[in-house]
Amino acid sequence: MSAVPSMKLPRWVELGMLPVINLAAALVVSGLVVRWIGESPWAALKLMTDGAFGSQEAIGYTLYYATNFIFTGLAVAVAYHAGLFNIGAEGQAYIGGLGTGLVGLWLGHWPFWAVLPAAVAAGAVFGAAWAFIPAWLQARRGSHIVITTIMFNFIASALMTYLVVNVLIKPGQQSPETREFAAGASMPGMHAMLGKIGVPFTATPLNLAFFLALGLAALVWVFLWRTRWGYAVRVAGLNPAAAVYAGISPARVTVGAMLLSGALAGLLGLNELMGSQHRILLDFPGGAGFVGIAVALMGRNHPLGILAAAVLFGALAQGGSQLSFDMPRVNRDMVVVIQGLVILFCGALENVFRKPLEAVFNFGSRLAARGKTDR
Amino acid sequence: MNFRHLGRTWLIMLAATAATFAKEFQPAIVYDFGGKFDRSFNQSASEGAAKFSKETGIAFREFEITNAAQREQIMAQLAKRGSDIIVAIGFTQASAVEKVAKQFPAVKFTVVDAVVDLPNVQSINFREQESSYLCGMAAALATRTGKIGFVGGMDIPLIRKFALGYVEGARHVKPGIEVIQNMTGTTPAAWADSTRGAELAKSQFGRGVDVVFHAAGATGLGVMQAATDAGLLSIGCDSNQDYLHPGSVLTSALKRVDVAVYKAFQNARNGTWKAGRLELGLAEDGVDYSYDEFNRRILTPAMKQRLDEAKAEIVGGKIKVSEYQAE
Repeated sequence: MSAVPSMKLPRWVELGMLPVINLAAALVVSGLVVRWIGESPWAALKLMTDGAFGSQEAIGYTLYYATNFIFTGLAVAVAYHAGLFNIGAEGQAYIGGLGTGLVGLWLGHWPFWAVLPAAVAAGAVFGAAWAFIPAWLQARRGSHIVITTIMFNFIASALMTYLVVNVLIKPGQQSPETREFAAGASMPGMHAMLGKIGVPFTATPLNLAFFLALGLAALVWVFLWRTRWGYAVRVAGLNPAAAVYAGISPARVTVGAMLLSGALAGLLGLNELMGSQHRILLDFPGGAGFVGIAVALMGRNHPLGILAAAVLFGALAQGGSQLSFDMPRVNRDMVVVIQGLVILFCGALENVFRKPLEAVFNFGSRLAARGKTDR
Repeated sequence: MNFRHLGRTWLIMLAATAATFAKEFQPAIVYDFGGKFDRSFNQSASEGAAKFSKETGIAFREFEITNAAQREQIMAQLAKRGSDIIVAIGFTQASAVEKVAKQFPAVKFTVVDAVVDLPNVQSINFREQESSYLCGMAAALATRTGKIGFVGGMDIPLIRKFALGYVEGARHVKPGIEVIQNMTGTTPAAWADSTRGAELAKSQFGRGVDVVFHAAGATGLGVMQAATDAGLLSIGCDSNQDYLHPGSVLTSALKRVDVAVYKAFQNARNGTWKAGRLELGLAEDGVDYSYDEFNRRILTPAMKQRLDEAKAEIVGGKIKVSEYQAE
């Protein structure tokens, strides 16, 4: 054993350098794959970054996708702090979106300022309700939350298919989707809001929900690190036995954290339905609930990290779509491969570079320590 | 071609192409979730586009959709980058076409399997009931048990249209014939569940069916496999599927999406493209039944003669095939 006091990395390496190295490694492997199918990796990288950040339209779409990932990423993180692995953000977002969508369908004739609180409340309540049953089963019956939330994704999907195909569908059409919401239920677009203050911005689906997501990220930070309930959540997550000694009920934390988690995921409909589609359609979360898991892990379950990771995954979605648009040989399945590599390196394989980096930094600090004792 | 500057210079290119008078014809096609290699509907569309490209030497842009927001984004982008005609495949594209076509009134849009009434949109629909009618006749002529089957994919009006035509055609030959019908499911997954397709077909065989028609995309592959395994007959759908199990596939109900795409591109290039609703049936060669070296042994000359007579009568208006009305 070495005499070096800590094997820990400096904070800036842990939070800044390590993710960048992981990302770079993922891009190198992706580049090899692109090379293998006979295209230039540099051109592909350029297309992807330009496609994600190169124009107002690109930025608009990137942040629009990122908004979904912020909602689901925060949802996963809150549950994670309570020691719960919520795989059900997809289903909670789906059912939460049903709540938001019903408000859009029924109350769309109201003015927007009146619709918004109702839509937020409905999305949160529906999402939380969907998370409640797995949470209660975990807290009172010990049914593992990973299993139950996965199962609830399937139930949500079946329920929504039934509702959209048989009940809510606009009559006389093939496509399973509802009628369009009335004007009051559409989120003001970024282009409209910036246009009002005299800043021109290309029309994209980016909308007010992005700012709501940013606000929520701040609230989640305040909740977790500046309130008594947040403290209880973290204690129960780190050590349930200690929590009991401290007078915290792990069962209550489990239910409370999952309700909050479901509510956060449930707000995805604000961006996807009220901001972009203006109707309820099948499978609108489109996997954002699962991407949220990667976003939360990559962002170290911290709101700031989650924002950064969400923008990265938004950029991958938008840049990837541009890549396959401009480079037809890189088809949509190739784009999925590239996104998968990023998740693999940044999530699953993050320790590959941690050990060597720790060795490097510990060697450095050992040298420094020896320098001090010699003097 | 240098891709490096493409991302940022498209604005300049747009300005340049707008200024040029003799610019090259640029067609584009947008597939739906199924993707261009679905061996059925989307693939047929991509074959039509490829045929156009091969004959004229004109390249086309194509895109496979992965999420709902992309539909509008990609169509708008194609329009901005100077596409002359954008062909959208599948009924799920209708609302996106409607939005984007309003924003770009100078660009031509063709949507397949849906109706969008705008001055720059052509809506192509097929009279699937007519080819299904002929397949129903073929099934009724071929059955020995007097019972035939139908396996649909997702339960939507489009598939009920197939079923209705099939039943009518069968009754035209044998008024008292029994037709057993099953739908695979109510979600898009019903297009890709070949195991369930095979199970449905087997249960129909158990009830005495000896000819089964599928309108179920990839699920139908299971239906056809089950028929082959049982030594019975199946009828293919959309693409010509006779070659899949030679000697067991009686015929296929053809839906010539490839012809529709090819013609849309060709007409847009010649200046003969017209907006509005276009219905393609037997008369326009939009739908048909298949007859080739793979089913020649089982689709006898006598059957073929009956089918061709009926085909002529449908084209001439003597036989009226009723259309399924969505409520």
